[in-house]
Amino acid sequence: MAQVGPFRIERAETTGWWTVAVSAAAVVAAFLVAGAVFWAYGLDPVRAYAVIVRDGLLAPGTLPEVLRPTIPLLLVGAGLVLAFRAQVYNIGAEGQLLAGAVAATWVALFSGLRGPMTLPAMFAAGFAAGALWGLLPAVLRLRLSVNEVISTLMMNYVAQYLVSWLVTGPWKGPSVRGFAYTDPFPADAWLALIPGTRIHWPTLVVGVVVAAAGALLLGRTTLGFEIRVQGENPEAARYVGVSALRTTLLVMALSGGAAGLAGVGEVAGVHHKLLDPTQVSLGYGYTGIIVAWLARGRPLAAVLTAALFGLIYSAGDVMQVSLQMPFRVTSVFNGLILFFLIGSERLLAYRIRWAPARVAVEAPAAAGASAPPGEE
Amino acid sequence: MLEWVASVLVRGMAFGTPLLWGALGEIYAERAGVVNLGVEGMMILGAFVAFATAQTTGHPVLGLLAAAGVGGAAALLHAFVSVTLRANQYVSGLALTMLGLGLAGLLGRGWEGFPLDHPLPELSVLPPLGVLAAVLLWALLYHTRWGLILRTVGESPAAADAQAVPVELVRYLAVVFGGVMAGVAGGFLSVAYRPAWTEGMTGGMGWIVVALAIFAGWDPLRAVGAALLFGTLFHLSFRLQTWIPPEPLQMMPFAFTILVLALTSRRGARTGQAPEALGVPYVRGER
Amino acid sequence: MRSDAGVTADLSSAAPVRLAVRNITKSFPGVLANDRISLDLRAGEVLALLGENGAGKTTLMNILYGLYQPDAGEILLDGRPVRIHSPRDAIACGIGMVPQHFLLVRRHTVAENIALGPAGTPFWRPVRQVAARVEEFGRRYGLAVDPHAAVWQLSASEQQRVEILKALLRGAEILILDEPTSVLTPQEAAQLFEVLRRMRGEGKSVIFITHKLDEVTAVADRVTVLRRGRVVGTVPAAGADTAALARMMVGRDLDRALPPRRGRPGPPVLEVSDLWVAGDRGRPAVRGVSFTVAAGEVFGIAGVAGNGQRELVEALTGLRPPARGQVRLRGVPVRGWTPRQLARAGVAHVPEERTRAGIVPSMSVADNLILRRYADPPFARGLLLRPAEALRAAADLIAAHDIQTPSPHRPARLLSGGNIQKLILARELSADPSLIVASHPTAGLDVATTERIHRLLLEHRDRGAGVLLVSEDLDEILALSDRIGVMFDGRLVAVVPAGADRQQIGLWMAGRAAS
Repeated sequence: MAQVGPFRIERAETTGWWTVAVSAAAVVAAFLVAGAVFWAYGLDPVRAYAVIVRDGLLAPGTLPEVLRPTIPLLLVGAGLVLAFRAQVYNIGAEGQLLAGAVAATWVALFSGLRGPMTLPAMFAAGFAAGALWGLLPAVLRLRLSVNEVISTLMMNYVAQYLVSWLVTGPWKGPSVRGFAYTDPFPADAWLALIPGTRIHWPTLVVGVVVAAAGALLLGRTTLGFEIRVQGENPEAARYVGVSALRTTLLVMALSGGAAGLAGVGEVAGVHHKLLDPTQVSLGYGYTGIIVAWLARGRPLAAVLTAALFGLIYSAGDVMQVSLQMPFRVTSVFNGLILFFLIGSERLLAYRIRWAPARVAVEAPAAAGASAPPGEE
Repeated sequence: MLEWVASVLVRGMAFGTPLLWGALGEIYAERAGVVNLGVEGMMILGAFVAFATAQTTGHPVLGLLAAAGVGGAAALLHAFVSVTLRANQYVSGLALTMLGLGLAGLLGRGWEGFPLDHPLPELSVLPPLGVLAAVLLWALLYHTRWGLILRTVGESPAAADAQAVPVELVRYLAVVFGGVMAGVAGGFLSVAYRPAWTEGMTGGMGWIVVALAIFAGWDPLRAVGAALLFGTLFHLSFRLQTWIPPEPLQMMPFAFTILVLALTSRRGARTGQAPEALGVPYVRGER
Repeated sequence: MRSDAGVTADLSSAAPVRLAVRNITKSFPGVLANDRISLDLRAGEVLALLGENGAGKTTLMNILYGLYQPDAGEILLDGRPVRIHSPRDAIACGIGMVPQHFLLVRRHTVAENIALGPAGTPFWRPVRQVAARVEEFGRRYGLAVDPHAAVWQLSASEQQRVEILKALLRGAEILILDEPTSVLTPQEAAQLFEVLRRMRGEGKSVIFITHKLDEVTAVADRVTVLRRGRVVGTVPAAGADTAALARMMVGRDLDRALPPRRGRPGPPVLEVSDLWVAGDRGRPAVRGVSFTVAAGEVFGIAGVAGNGQRELVEALTGLRPPARGQVRLRGVPVRGWTPRQLARAGVAHVPEERTRAGIVPSMSVADNLILRRYADPPFARGLLLRPAEALRAAADLIAAHDIQTPSPHRPARLLSGGNIQKLILARELSADPSLIVASHPTAGLDVATTERIHRLLLEHRDRGAGVLLVSEDLDEILALSDRIGVMFDGRLVAVVPAGADRQQIGLWMAGRAAS
């Protein structure tokens, strides 16, 4: 408790609008500091932001450019919300995404499957591969207590080198000569686009459905109840017999699977082939972590936060083209936003109230036990 | 054959050097109870700043000092967010890595593609200093009052606090020290190991460093052996490219890390356990 | 300014006042923990600070040790006002504290724990010098402990000695002990009193926090009584009327009479034979325990913490797989069942650490009330939750158990300790269990809530439930149990009927076989 001038800062139940306000303030603060970075880079921050708004937001045809990265970010983010709710730190969405892309590529090019079932099969295989890529660290955590942060991260690199190897070695397309690509997918494996754009809308629909299903799972089902209990208090989960095994496997499979779907969308909707891992995913698996963190445990909120980071990706493109900055600049935004988000987290439990100083606080005649902190 | 093995080991030592420096720093930070997943970010910043400074001034040692400074400054940010603001340490470290990679990528543009004019000798300076540092840090940790303070803060900050140990200060110092070491580790890459600057040149080594701290059981001396092992593995992934395609080999250190963590997870109760308060922010009066 | 709350007897004493507390006030959200508290501590005396749980004793001590800052009031040391902002300041003032929950590094040795404190320990190998001083001080005050033993290997009583040595080696002249006997057997408590007398003899001052009346008369020179954050009065301990002290402490006459039992014990509900359970470090923590609990019976397990009670309870509630032995619930073998299976079979569990394990603090009161049954009808249909049913059930339980909360939607963390325990009992007892396993059900709760919980347990006993009561509070065990088992070092060393000799139970608790 503190009194700052006429304001009283007090602990309170976290409310929705306050969460939104604090999160928005954190994002704005991150943009301000990023402006300082631009300045250090030798760029007038006001001009930089003006260009970003002009070319990235107001220019015609920019919305599709925002939506394109939004699609994988939504899938990754909505899945990770589930994992984070169970306090499972899945940092491996990047690798899970790539695993999904690899599986989809296999279906498209090497399974011999053709016809209308090709795309559903690719999505199914992508989900399964992403889930499996996530399940290995889950099993290691549950059986050998290997920290999943480290293991999922390592799996990202394993996936990256796996994709590199595939496209330079065994899966290198005979028709592409010197490039490290596979052959292009057959037409049956191409996702439909919204005409005139590069938005593979089926994946977008899948993303919204995944987010909605995640919300339903978390809020309205017994499994979601278990995920919440496990995440909020693992001791209590053990005490009432919630199986940590089941919840951990479930959230790792679901978040990995969702990331896998994102990988399918990228190869089937954007590239139509498997190529260098840094081109399959522009760091979506890492940015998705912030998408999920900003969504504050609500899968549906990931729709909005994914769009915000879609905006940052398209701003990154604009800065690359109009301001000749490296695309890496998006990492600066990502890092700063994440810092401000977690830095502001403690504010969520407090509320600032107008309360001119009073003399003393009267003790309520608390019935039953009213032990102050530390009295027990 | 023997010559081949010897040369592999020497190269392994070279590659193991940044791992060792980084791991020593991470071990100290974690001994104080703070995980720093920002090693990758601090290393890449160190690599860039070391190169830029060395290239500008012509003195690689100045480059290393600058790298140490920038690593420490980056770690200070992590310390502020995770110690003072008590935010989630894992996420704060991730944010630091993203920020470091982004800043180095942004500011380092234009420095790429030029070899360093006056590089530091690769084997004669930082590798032996690293081993010496490991011995000193080991003695400091287990046989001095400072080490006792550090270990107590990591095991039970409440006990340290009740003994009038300034818990937050100790954690700040340990985290910043970790950043200094990570900065030097990155600097080694760009002024000695491969005297040039390339974006993303740390290539995931920062994460291996974090794993090494665990693998070494948070013991500075054991980190020497662990770093040599992983350095050799890294080197082999280049050396064997004559026979095996590079990608599966480059995958090896990462896959091996998972394997090693899995194999060593069930150690005896007395050795190599994580500090009890690792990753837990300390709030006075809360149990 | 003098405290206007309560009476202060005129205590003429030659000894000068060493520490004076003047009008200390401290509030927490919704609670005024200390309300203008004033007290004096003289040189060479033991001052008992008597008050029930929640009276504000620990808050006051945390203020004296610099862990909390008071909202108002001052502290005088030898007549000079001092500010105590941190333990560092407290130590500089010569104040040492032995907290109720020890602040020791479990993996470090005794000497390592102690070496952190004293000024002037050498930089290089500080442990070596400290080990010698530990032995010296141990002899001087009767606090023998091996300086090279790891703390996790020590008994609670030995760990307490380490805490006391820590303070003494740092040169503490004023020692504060917070409920020091709660982890001790009666005999160990007597030993501790002897240590305190030796310290008093050397002119040191001791504040002894307790809610046990007989300890006040046993060791203290004077007693200051606290109630609801205020000083009710200070009286000499010698010849103090315990009934009067109790009245001062609780604010009314203590009605310790519990309702008489209705009905007789029935057939066995729980049969345990030759049960072995491994502890956290793999060594057996429960070694070959056998006993039965009958329907309509309270079986109390007495013992000092850390003698296998926790592992026994965890094994019986499915939280820890037993290594070997038999467990039968109403005749059915249930060894290896999960917590959920056991709960469905009629086992209720009131856990030892109520906030850490018993509730999900961030979830609503309603969700916490269905924590056991969220997957069962009517709270779920298939996989789908039915929140309306949960709210309806919650409203009933909140009313029936008098849980103070403005709404069932409120996060459980915002409840007070007593209401959290009422919530847990409401949930656990709502299904009319046949076996109730209650661990320390009233630890840290005030008298009114404690009485309420005792009556609740006895009501369920009379309904025909078997109750396994595990408590460190021997008075509670003696008051409620029909039969009492004593645990020491993982074994049930004795089983005696209610009304057994307190001293004898104390000896068993300390591992000394009956002579």
